[in-house]
Amino acid sequence: MHRHSTHFFSCMAALMLAASTLCVHGLLVSQWAGPSLAQKSALVRTLRLTDLCLFTEASYTRHSSMADLSTPFQDSPCAFEHFPSGSLLAPPRHLSGVHPSRMTVTKNDR
Amino acid sequence: MINAHGIGKVFNADQPNEFIALTDVSVAIHLNEVTILKGPSGSGKTTLLGIIGCMARPTTGRIVLGEREMTSLPERFLTSIRRQTFGFIFQQFNLIKGLTALENVMIPAYPLGEKHSLLRERALEIMALFNLAHRADARIEWLSGGEAQRVAIARALINDPPFIIADEPTAHLDTKLSREFMAIMRRLKENGKTIVLASHDPIVYDSDLAEQVIEMCDGRVLSTGRNGRQAGLTLFA
Amino acid sequence: MTGNFERQRSIIDFTIASLLRRKGKNGALLVVYTLIIFLLSSVIFFTHALKREAAQVLQEAPEIIVQRTLTGRYQPIPLSYAARIREIRGVVSVRPRLWGYYYDGNFLANYTFVIPDEFPPPVGSVIIGSGIAKLREASPGDIIGFTGYDGKPQSYRVKEVLAEQSQLLSADLILISESDYRALSGIPADLTTDLVLKVRNRKEFATIAEKITKLLPDTRPIIRNEILRTYDAIFSWRSGIVIVIFSSAALAFVIFAWDKATGLSAEERKEIGILKAVGWESSDVLLMKFWEGLVISLSAFLLGTVLGYIHVFIGSSILFVPVLKGWSTLYPEFKLVPFVDFGHLAAIFALTVVPYTITTIIPSWRVATMDPDSVLR
Ligand SMILES: Nc1ncnc2c1ncn2[C@@H]1O[C@H](COP(=O)(O)OP(=O)(O)O)[C@@H](O)[C@H]1O
Ligand SMILES: [Mg+2]
Repeated sequence: MHRHSTHFFSCMAALMLAASTLCVHGLLVSQWAGPSLAQKSALVRTLRLTDLCLFTEASYTRHSSMADLSTPFQDSPCAFEHFPSGSLLAPPRHLSGVHPSRMTVTKNDR
Repeated sequence: MINAHGIGKVFNADQPNEFIALTDVSVAIHLNEVTILKGPSGSGKTTLLGIIGCMARPTTGRIVLGEREMTSLPERFLTSIRRQTFGFIFQQFNLIKGLTALENVMIPAYPLGEKHSLLRERALEIMALFNLAHRADARIEWLSGGEAQRVAIARALINDPPFIIADEPTAHLDTKLSREFMAIMRRLKENGKTIVLASHDPIVYDSDLAEQVIEMCDGRVLSTGRNGRQAGLTLFA
Repeated sequence: MTGNFERQRSIIDFTIASLLRRKGKNGALLVVYTLIIFLLSSVIFFTHALKREAAQVLQEAPEIIVQRTLTGRYQPIPLSYAARIREIRGVVSVRPRLWGYYYDGNFLANYTFVIPDEFPPPVGSVIIGSGIAKLREASPGDIIGFTGYDGKPQSYRVKEVLAEQSQLLSADLILISESDYRALSGIPADLTTDLVLKVRNRKEFATIAEKITKLLPDTRPIIRNEILRTYDAIFSWRSGIVIVIFSSAALAFVIFAWDKATGLSAEERKEIGILKAVGWESSDVLLMKFWEGLVISLSAFLLGTVLGYIHVFIGSSILFVPVLKGWSTLYPEFKLVPFVDFGHLAAIFALTVVPYTITTIIPSWRVATMDPDSVLR
């Protein structure tokens, strides 16, 4: 029988089901991630890494824990400073106008 | 039985636009009778209906329903008594737009927590009594004036109240529909309902259905006539 | 009990029927609301998972790193410093760590050269991160070239590409032997980038750091905790884009609340009057309004967070990539481990669903408690 509350309850139940499926997904995947996390930890240990490779624009974003205390400026030709305003400005054209040429890799003829 | 003693109603008391709508009105509504409030527009009929039906409180005076003094009851009790005791048919019908006729009929029963399937069945039965079964799923906006009023009547009956109160029920109906309305009231009376109608339509107040006609003017009761002897005629003839 | 349940259900029926009457408006409201929660929860899922992963993985980072500061920035450190630091009590070992950046002008990308302490690649070969492999279309066996400090081209055989799944750490890495790197970068034999210390007792980190600065005032020790703290503070609510997202969410929310709180339309008032006149109690009306707020906000909350989760952990935060990528050419494609903090979810719930529902109820309060006789006219 057509009843709005029935539809509402089914929608909520479906969403709850989706949410709990995702919870299970989260639990399982983070369990399964154990070995991969261990592998990453091992990489950090053997290579003595200090930072995540999240932003490769500038040294202070690439290795932010290693950055200079007093001068987090202008380390990359395309980077501005470490402040919110930096995310609002694009780098000037003359700095980013170089065209990539893909000539530096020589394919090994296998 | 409802007894109203010395009812007075003042709107906007102590303000420049103070208005005395009712002065010292005393009426008695007897069970299983039809009572008609008659009088020109602005005479206080609607205000009195609202007070009798526990929708508004009088400024002075007392309402006694059966043994119970209503005037001093807190809001919560008043609402639940109103719900069980009175079915209202409003002048403007006051149906809720956008919903279906069936939903409108069921609305007064929603807070009672009755099982939905039973309620629905009951609502459909009542609608069938008024020839509305085929319109159950129609939205209110799609109904004709007569249909809309019958939906309003069905809604008033859904909680099976002993009293039916209708304000100017024929104001938006043509003669034929007005007579139909009176026929419905007759049926309800035969089923044991007590009916209070406010109207200045002769089809209503001249009806032989009425045991009591109360004539009002300027917020006062001019006369009370019983058993079809219409007091107003003797006064204004 | 069943009576109360039926009462709630019937009132929900009514609430939804009346919401459906303004399908366009309420639908748009639901969409915008869901979008806000989607954005908020995406940001929160993403940052939390990233922080958790960083905290876990970087637990293995060096205990203490000693940099040398010169002209206000860090500079290569003389190897001779190692022996002097080794003298400090509690220091187990001091190892040089050699690494550096390389800017590839052709690809506009920055790479990080790292010289492994153990098992470096043989001379003439490199191991590259998968980000570089992709960017430069290099696979094992290929020859890859770089320009040396003296302008001379140097080429190496790609021995191996680092595993894709460690991209979050290694996308831009190039592992190379020490002699190759010194030849490429021109760093003198008596200098290294920084020093890595092993300390006997982790409680002594701070005292040892202090002793190092006393002994060698031009150095700056960095303790592992500081590294961990750096990543705990990443994407704090004040940082650029996060504040933009949060403040626009807050603004949108204020607009909703405003719309609600400025009161009811004449029609809504009339409807409440009708409901009261036909026998609803004030509490029934308020219950109806409560459900009206809850139906919308709970749907938006559940839908938004479910979509947010899917976006971040299944869709690899695809919408954030352009922002995170910024101006960098080389960007790791990583799948975060779905660590979810239910406390955060509860906070989103408390900051959205609760105020929304309340702002739906409050304006009806006065109307709901009025005498219903107004509908008589
Ligand atoms: N809420 C109110 N505030 C001020 N005056 C009112 C209010 N309600 C009714 N009145 C006045 O009370 C008088 C009686 O109204 P009403 O009871 O509606 O009369 P009737 O139904 O007989 O036409 C009218 O003059 C009307 O203007
Ligand atoms: Mg009137």
